[in-house]
Amino acid sequence: MIAEYLSYPFVRYAFIAGVLTALCSSLLGVTLVLKRYSFIGDGLSHVAFGAMAIAAVLSVKTELIVVLPVTVLCAILLLKTDANAKIKGDAALAMLSVGSMAFGYLLLNMFSASANVSGDVCSTLFGSTSILTLTKTDVWVCVIMSVLVICVFVCFYNKIFAVTFDENFAKATGVNASAYNLIIAVITAVIIVLAMNLVGALLTSALIIFPALSAMRVFHTFRQVVICSAAVAIISSALGIFISIMLSSPVGATIVVVDLLVFGGFSIAGRALNH
Amino acid sequence: MAQLTVKNLCPGYDGVAVAQDINFELNRGDYLCIVGENGSGKSTLVKTLAGLTKPVSGQIICGDNFELNQIGYLPQQTLMQKDFPASVGEIVLSGCLAASGLKPFYSAAQKKLALSSMERLGIDHMKNRCYRDLSGGQQQRVLLARALCTEGKMLLLDEPATGLDPAATAEMYSIVKDLNEKEKITIIMVSHDIEAAVKYASHILHLGSQLQFFGTREEYVKSPIKMAFRHQEGLAKLVDEPLCSRAAAGRNRRYFK
Repeated sequence: MIAEYLSYPFVRYAFIAGVLTALCSSLLGVTLVLKRYSFIGDGLSHVAFGAMAIAAVLSVKTELIVVLPVTVLCAILLLKTDANAKIKGDAALAMLSVGSMAFGYLLLNMFSASANVSGDVCSTLFGSTSILTLTKTDVWVCVIMSVLVICVFVCFYNKIFAVTFDENFAKATGVNASAYNLIIAVITAVIIVLAMNLVGALLTSALIIFPALSAMRVFHTFRQVVICSAAVAIISSALGIFISIMLSSPVGATIVVVDLLVFGGFSIAGRALNH
Repeated sequence: MAQLTVKNLCPGYDGVAVAQDINFELNRGDYLCIVGENGSGKSTLVKTLAGLTKPVSGQIICGDNFELNQIGYLPQQTLMQKDFPASVGEIVLSGCLAASGLKPFYSAAQKKLALSSMERLGIDHMKNRCYRDLSGGQQQRVLLARALCTEGKMLLLDEPATGLDPAATAEMYSIVKDLNEKEKITIIMVSHDIEAAVKYASHILHLGSQLQFFGTREEYVKSPIKMAFRHQEGLAKLVDEPLCSRAAAGRNRRYFK
């Protein structure tokens, strides 16, 4: 039966894009959760929503041209761990998040040429079924970006670990911690823009945090957690997309529910193993 | 030439100095304890030596084949590290990172270095154990082993006894003393524990708002600044208390001026 579904190109595209996006988010998720930045997915996707509204109002054809730079810029601003920043961590995130959300919605309402504004907004927020209407170009963009993100992550794995575990120590020994923080910020933004297509602005956080949190219930070393989190992401996103096609349920929400169930399973397993 | 010379150093943030004109000189194998009341600039001095903050003015001069980024730094533990999923081996190995430049993976030599510093501190048998499952004393040993992976010529310890019970504290001090005596590693340690400082250190730097002292332990014991500390009513108890109790009593914290 799966083979039958996979004979449709749009299903294949959805699987490729969905699984790759989930994989990338889960890799970065481990670092972000440990750095206490779980909410960055939420905040940045709201920023991306705002940017998307600007792109829509300006009728830019490829939204990515506007959305990606704006999101990357905000990610750098947020993750640049500046001890002297006037507005710190969570407050800055909350401010940016609601600010760009309000700005985006306002823009869409006032200037949008589309007849169905609330429908547009809803699909941007919840991802709708756009994953099933991906074109070949969309899939290629997604594949290239994902491969790039995975390569960067693998090459800088040890540095990312060191900067996440103890930034001050890394800096003291002459590691360029700010450069690696910058890399983390940029790939976080790229992933979030990718993930928005899949699950929409509101659920992007789920793809980032759930696999990492599940893996941390059971495993105790950084490498195990990263590998397990990647595996969880691949399996639950594939399962989620498949179920949503079968039940014709919304893709994003279905993946998140599967993630949630997996997290529950891992929590129970973790508790059982530790006793 | 001295390994580390600090000349008229004013550490601080955003151009505002928190301590004035600090001067001291350390040779290989010296053991310096930095003591002083809260807010005297001890932590800022350590951050400056570790290269985390730029000094407002003054100079730090290295000699004797030593560079400032070869310092083995033991920062205070952060809240985040307490539930960090990482094995002892992974953490110690991360001490070798600076030497690998842009290379993505660790070399065999670096892995050997990490293993040998774990052996030196007697934690090689828990290489695969999870950091968050260890006791406070064991965690400090792991971080000390990581610090040894940088060149191992000088260690900079920022209140290493914070949160440790008396037995673990004593053990920590004796490990550091061993490294200092047997391997001639220069030690710079910030401490609130004046008794321990006087017991183990070869040199003392006392920072204070009005008075500053740098000299050998023998000179310090006789100096008026230590006397002032001892003779103030009830003060001896305050400064000699281990740090853990200071943290617990934060609400009633008193300052010595």
